[in-house]
Amino acid sequence: MSENKTSEKIFTRNFHLADSHTLRLYRETGGYTALPKALRMEPAAITEEVKKANLRGLGGAAFPTGVKWGFIPKGSTEPKYLVVNADEGEPGTFKDRYLMERDPHALIEGMVIAARAIGSHTGFVYIRGEYVKPWRVLDGAVKEAYAAGLLGQNIQGSGFDFDIVLHRGAGAYICGEETGLLSSLEGKKGWPKIKPPFPAIKGAFGHPTIVNNVETIMAVPHIINRGAAWFAGLGTKSQGGTRLYSVSGHVVVPGVVEAPVSVTLRQLIYDRCGGIRGGKKLKAVVPGGSSAAILTPDEIDIQMDVEGPKSKGSMIGSAGIIVMDETVSIPEALMVVARFYAHESCGQCTPCRESTGWIYKMSRRIIEGKGRKEDLDTILDVAKRGAGTTICAFYDGAVGPYISYIEKFRSEFEDLIMRSAHA
Amino acid sequence: MPKLTINGKEVEVPEGTNLIEAAKAAGADVPHYCYHPALSIAGQCRLCMVDIDKVPRPQIACNIQAAEGMVVHTETEQVKETRRSMMEFHLINHPLDCAVCDQAGECFLQIYYMKHGLYDPRMTDEKVHKPKAVPLGPHVILDAERCILCSRCVRYCDEVTHTGELGIFHRGDHSEIGLFPGKTLENKYSGNVIDICPVGALTDRDFRFQVRVWYLDTAKSVCNGCARGCNIEVHTNKHRTHHNEGRRVARLKPRFNADVNKWWICDAGRYGFKWIDDKSRLAQPLHRVGAQATEVSWDRALPELVTTLQRTRPEEIGFLASPQMSNEDLWVLRRLAEQLGVRNVDFRVPPRAPGDEDSFLIRADKNPNSRGAELLGIGPGQGALDAAGMLRAAREKRLKLLWVFHHDLWAAAWPEAEVLEALEGAETVVFQGTNANDASARAHLVLPSAAYVEREGTFTNFEGRVQRFRTALTPPGEAWPDWMILSFVGKALGFQDSVFAAERSEQVFNALAKTVPAFAGMTYRGIGDAGATVKA
Repeated sequence: MSENKTSEKIFTRNFHLADSHTLRLYRETGGYTALPKALRMEPAAITEEVKKANLRGLGGAAFPTGVKWGFIPKGSTEPKYLVVNADEGEPGTFKDRYLMERDPHALIEGMVIAARAIGSHTGFVYIRGEYVKPWRVLDGAVKEAYAAGLLGQNIQGSGFDFDIVLHRGAGAYICGEETGLLSSLEGKKGWPKIKPPFPAIKGAFGHPTIVNNVETIMAVPHIINRGAAWFAGLGTKSQGGTRLYSVSGHVVVPGVVEAPVSVTLRQLIYDRCGGIRGGKKLKAVVPGGSSAAILTPDEIDIQMDVEGPKSKGSMIGSAGIIVMDETVSIPEALMVVARFYAHESCGQCTPCRESTGWIYKMSRRIIEGKGRKEDLDTILDVAKRGAGTTICAFYDGAVGPYISYIEKFRSEFEDLIMRSAHA
Repeated sequence: MPKLTINGKEVEVPEGTNLIEAAKAAGADVPHYCYHPALSIAGQCRLCMVDIDKVPRPQIACNIQAAEGMVVHTETEQVKETRRSMMEFHLINHPLDCAVCDQAGECFLQIYYMKHGLYDPRMTDEKVHKPKAVPLGPHVILDAERCILCSRCVRYCDEVTHTGELGIFHRGDHSEIGLFPGKTLENKYSGNVIDICPVGALTDRDFRFQVRVWYLDTAKSVCNGCARGCNIEVHTNKHRTHHNEGRRVARLKPRFNADVNKWWICDAGRYGFKWIDDKSRLAQPLHRVGAQATEVSWDRALPELVTTLQRTRPEEIGFLASPQMSNEDLWVLRRLAEQLGVRNVDFRVPPRAPGDEDSFLIRADKNPNSRGAELLGIGPGQGALDAAGMLRAAREKRLKLLWVFHHDLWAAAWPEAEVLEALEGAETVVFQGTNANDASARAHLVLPSAAYVEREGTFTNFEGRVQRFRTALTPPGEAWPDWMILSFVGKALGFQDSVFAAERSEQVFNALAKTVPAFAGMTYRGIGDAGATVKA
C-alpha cells in the first residue's frame, strides 16, 4: 500500500541541514516569516486559522488546539501564560527531542504567535530534566531570538511583548501531565491538579494558562504561512497536517518519521522503517506510546490519525510506535510497563497509587514463575475498577497495556502460570 | 441557593456547597478521607463518589458544587461497588495493626470497611513497608505504614498554621508523609493534625498506649487556658483507673464552634490539663497553726472562717478573686463581699512574664474569665484597695484577712519578698483553690476547690461570649465548686441572699443574668453548646 497523501516535510524539513538550530539557517529557509504576518493579525483571527487547520494536540490528548485557545476568558485583564510541554516522557516517544535540537526557532516562532493569539506575555517551556542537549540548544536559540528582537519588548516594532522562560524538570513522568506540569512549574510537588477549574481558567500561578506540546506549537508558523486549508488538506477528516512518529523496537530503521496523519501503521512499519528486523514476524505493536493498548498484526491497517487506533480500541497518543517481533515475551513486556507505571505514579490518588504497585507485583510474580491462576483475572479486575476514577489520565493510560496485553495474549500468560508451583 | 435532589429528597443549600455537605443536609452520609471542611479540596482519596444523573460514571462529591436541579444518588449499586473498590485499594498496603493501633475505635478505615467495604482480601503479595513510630515533634508520632495519604495534615500545616513542616515524599505506593529536612512539627497548633488524621498514622505521644478510647467518657467543656475559651471535649478515664498512672483526664479534644475556635485548639490548651490529676491537688480543707497544717473537715473549716470574718472589720478584709473562676463563682463572691461590706475586691494579678499571643487563637491573657470578672463588677469599690494595694496593706498590717482564690502569687509580677511579707503580715490568710502552691503553703486556712472539669458553670471569653462547661469528673476528696464554698459561707453568716441558697450552678447564673445588665435576657440553658454573647 502506498501513502495516499503528499510526503512533504514540514517539521523535519531542515533536519538534514548542518546548523539547522541556528537563527541564520532558520531565516535562510523561510523562518520568522509567519511572525510579522501574525503580529499584524487580530488575535482571534490567529485562533480561527488554527481551528480551521484542524490541528489537534500532538502530545497525546489530541484536543483541538484552536478550541483550547478559545477557552481563555475573553476580556480578562489577568496575566495569561503559554506553557509548552517539553517533558517528553512517554516510553516509546522521542520526537520532541529532535524538534528542539534541530529546529528550536520554529518552536520560538510558534510560541510568539500562540502567545499573541491568547494574549500572553510570558511563556514557559517545561523541559524534561534528562533532555540536556535539547535544553542547551533551545537556550541558545532563545538568546539569539532576544538579540534579534524576536523576543522581549515590542517585538519587531509591533508593540507586542513576549518573554520565554526555560524551566527544566527534575525527572518525573507525571510532570508531563498538563496540571502536574503546572504544579511543578509553580515549585510544588508534581501532582496533577483537580479539575475544575481547568488551566485555561486557573492555570499556572492561578492565572489563565494554555499548555501545548512542542510539536503542536511548531505547527503554528506553518499554518499561518501557508494557510489553514493547506494544513487541513494534508490530513484526514479528524485531524489536519503531518506529524512525527517515533518508531522504536524491532524494525530495520527505527527513528523519527514525519508523515501525513493519513499514513497507515503498516506503511510506517514496512515502508518507512524497512519492516521487521532480521526477517522475523511481527508479533505486536504499540501505536501511541506505552499507554496505548497493544495491537496485533491483523490490526495495523489503520490510518495513524486520532480515529485510526481508536477504531481498534487503542489510541494515537504521542504517536510513539513500539514494534515487537515474534521473540518478545508479552508477559515480560507487561511486567516492564507495569514497573514503569508503578514507579511513576505520583501517589496522589488512591486507586492509581495502590493499583499500579499491586499490578506490578503480580506481573513480576508471574515472570518469576510464581504466578497464581487467579492473577490474570485479578489484574484485569483491578485495572478496570481503577479506570476513570482518578484526577488525571495517568492511571487510565496504565490500564491500556494492563488490559490489552492480557486480553490479546492471554495464553502466553497462562502458559507461564501453568508452569508455576503456586498455580 | 440551589435546590437539588439527593436520594429522592429535595434540599436547598447555600451557593458553593459541595455534594458531601449537601448530602449531609439531606441526611445522607458520603464517606470520605481527604475532604475536610477547613481545608482545600484534594480529591485524592476517591472515596466520596456519588452518581449524578446524566453523568456516565461516579464523580467525587467533594469537588462538585451543588447546582440547581441536580439529581444525586449516594447509594446506587455502582456507587457501592466503587466504594468497595476504593476501600480495597486503601487497605492493600495498610498493616493490620488494629490490635495495637491507638486509633482503634476511632479509625475510619475500620468504620468504612465495616460500612462500605466487607470484601475478601485478594492482595497476597508483600505489603510496602514504611517507617513506624517516628516522632515528628513534641506531641505527634507518625506511623507511615498506616497513612492513607489523604494529605490532610500536609494541607493543615500549609493552609491553617502556614508553617509547612510536612510533605509527601517519594511516589506511587512508596509515597509517605514526612518532615521537610531540618523541620520538626512543633508549631503552636501541632496537635490538631492528630485529630484530623482519619486513620492511625498520626497519634498523640501523650495519649498513645495509655488507655483505649472505648473506655473513655466525654463531656463538653471550654478550655481554661486563655481568654479565647476554645470549645473542647474532655475525655476521661473512669473505668480503667489502673491505666495511665491514674490520670483521670486522658486527653482534651477540640469541639467545633464556628464563632470561637472552629475545629482547632492550641497545644498549650490541649496539653495544659496535667494539673487536674497532679499530686498537688487539694482534696481536704487544711488548718495551719504555725508550721503545722492539719487536715480538717468542712464542719470545722467553715466555722473557723466565719468566725474570722465576723471578728474582722470589712475594711481589713481583702478578696483576691481569680479570673480562673466561673461567672457563678464570681457572682456569689461579689454578693458575699457586698453582704460583708468588703470593698477590697480585685482579680487582677499581673503575670511575671507577658503571655504569648498570635493572630489565630492564642490570647495573651491566660485566664478564661477576665471579661466575666469585669462584667460582674469584680473590682475595688471607690477608695478601696486593688490587688497590689491589698498586698501592700497586708505588709503594713492594715489588712488582717486576705482571702486568695487560686493565685500562685509567686508567679506574679510582684517581687517574691513583698508577696511573702504580705502573706506573713496578714493575721489570717485563706487560700481557696484547686492545687497547692506557695501561697497555700503559707495560708492559715486552705479550702479545696473543684477543677472546672469537676463541676459545671460558665466562662465569658474576651469577646463577651458566655460559654458553658460541663461536669466530666467528680472532685477529689472534699473539694467543692468555688461558688458552693462561698454560698456555704454566706449561709453560715446568716445572709438571706437567694444565691446562698442555690443548689445548682444554673440557679446562680440565672440570678446573675437577672441583675447584671450585660447578661440580661440570658438563661443557663439558653446559652446552649455554642455560647451566647453578652450585651456590649
